[in-house]
Amino acid sequence: MKLEEIRGRLTASRRVFVLGLLLLTMVSFLSVLGAAGIGRLHFSWKTVIESIGEGLGLVQSGTVERTPLLVVFDIRLSRVVLSFLVGSALGVAGAVFQGVLRNPLADPFTIGVASGAAFGAALAFALGLGGASYLGLGTIPLLALVGALGALALVVILGRVQGRLRRDTMVLAGIVVATFLSALIALIKALDEEAVSAIVFWVMGSFQGRGWIHVAFSLPYLLLGLYLVVKCARELDILTMGEVQARQLGVEVEQVRRRLLVGGSLLTAAAVSVSGVIGFVGLVVPHLVRMTMGAAHQRLMVLSGLLGGLALLWSDVVARTLLPGGEELPVGVVTALVGGPFFCLLLKRRRGGVILD
Amino acid sequence: MISVQGLTAKYGDRVVLHELDFHVGKSELVGLLGPNGSGKTTLLLCLSKVVPLDSGEATVSGQELSAYSARELALVEASVPQRQEISFPFKCIEVVLMGRYPHQREFGSDSDEDLTKAMEAMRLTDTLDLAQRRISEISGGEAQRVIIARALAQETELLLLDEATANLDVAHKMQMFDLFSEKNNQGATFLCAMHDLNLAALYCQRLIFLKNGRINIDGPTMETFTEENLSEIYETEVRIIPHPDTGVPQAMFVPGAERQAHSA
Repeated sequence: MKLEEIRGRLTASRRVFVLGLLLLTMVSFLSVLGAAGIGRLHFSWKTVIESIGEGLGLVQSGTVERTPLLVVFDIRLSRVVLSFLVGSALGVAGAVFQGVLRNPLADPFTIGVASGAAFGAALAFALGLGGASYLGLGTIPLLALVGALGALALVVILGRVQGRLRRDTMVLAGIVVATFLSALIALIKALDEEAVSAIVFWVMGSFQGRGWIHVAFSLPYLLLGLYLVVKCARELDILTMGEVQARQLGVEVEQVRRRLLVGGSLLTAAAVSVSGVIGFVGLVVPHLVRMTMGAAHQRLMVLSGLLGGLALLWSDVVARTLLPGGEELPVGVVTALVGGPFFCLLLKRRRGGVILD
Repeated sequence: MISVQGLTAKYGDRVVLHELDFHVGKSELVGLLGPNGSGKTTLLLCLSKVVPLDSGEATVSGQELSAYSARELALVEASVPQRQEISFPFKCIEVVLMGRYPHQREFGSDSDEDLTKAMEAMRLTDTLDLAQRRISEISGGEAQRVIIARALAQETELLLLDEATANLDVAHKMQMFDLFSEKNNQGATFLCAMHDLNLAALYCQRLIFLKNGRINIDGPTMETFTEENLSEIYETEVRIIPHPDTGVPQAMFVPGAERQAHSA
């Protein structure tokens, strides 16, 4: 193969990436607008766009009536934006955890972060704190966040062997911590029957009743997490060659891995604390992107973020509109129902991109 | 290039290397030989700061090993590992470009120069045709050559090879060692752990024999590659004959049935 040809191919693949990026960004914008227009109450597209404009302060106030403004901007748009952000966080976190743990079955919840969050939330329900609020925000997201980060800290401490963080012991520690916390959650459920349904619904994941305050709550953690992981994207590429080779190629393995884990966990915690545990997005989306765009993590993170956001945004639309009676499905049920079979299809159709060796 | 004094390494309580002393000069091509479990890989890992020294000192390129950051060390020495752990579908060109990492700044991307150097390394290792293939989809021997290309792209004065050519076919084995030999003539230093005794005798000017974590023999190939030394180190009967073309000593091994007939 000629040098020029390789150079040309690399340029071409960069073009495909940029094109995909532009396309997904555009689709994301349209999806956010579109999803804000979908719901039980029907408004014209003109009203929808004017409501969003007014909500954002782009249009003079009083252009639209109060009802569409409240429904489209305050209720729907905030929820749509939140579901997109949570999906993005889960997609990126999935790519990070699969890379750091070099495990195709890893997802944002592998090392016990989700169980920690669920335990925090369960505790909040059991202590009857569900109704209390702090800066207009329930205590549940707060305790869930604390639980998620606490579980991560525990796993990291348990996963250290002779001063070194080891990938295999960390996965084991994650399983131990998750199992232990699940048992505690079961205990809480057994002791406090009133809290059971609230806990169950929260654990399945849902965006019901979430608003701008939740976006504001999770955004800082999400941005910090994104910054940490995107900065280490190239090191993560090299880290997938194994610790030994990464060190020999000049990567400060311990430091980079700590950053990636903290970043990935912040992303996961930011997501879980406002939405509950939503499965499959963090597992399936990075796989799909890796199969089509290759394994380089910078691209993988960016595209997984956008695609994860889109996937969860539309899953939530389905979750809130599918049942004719007006009840909502937990969005975790939708992602699992769609994601499970889709994942099987991926595995069957193409083995090359699967990272099992 | 490498200077080691009283180097001791342990895995837990088990001492794997006992107070090694040796020196490798600039532009030497040294073979590191010895039976399985003799400590060859551990020694190379110590020299790349993967396995910590329990005691003793090691200096690489005039600087104490402990004074190097990972990146600085990767600018001085490159390693080719024994086993591959590649499980993600990177393109081969991307893998070779990883060798350019220590040369790049934070947030840096691959420059034109990086790409040129990576492709030159691939041309030398006969892997240019694999550039756009995914490393998870090519054969083990091909992947090994891609990893050798990655080490060359690192542009270091010292190369530590751990069975770098063990799973290559004969032609590629010779091709790779011809390449190492050429790089060696241009000034690069090589320390190669090997099991292929005859290949070692063909290319290495000097041999270091490890056994049970100690250096048993260290000297020029022509003096150390003897029936007596090899039989003792490997605990099997060895005969030496000169290479028909070059006259370099080559080892022949004696099958068990023959040995019994001999002693009877």
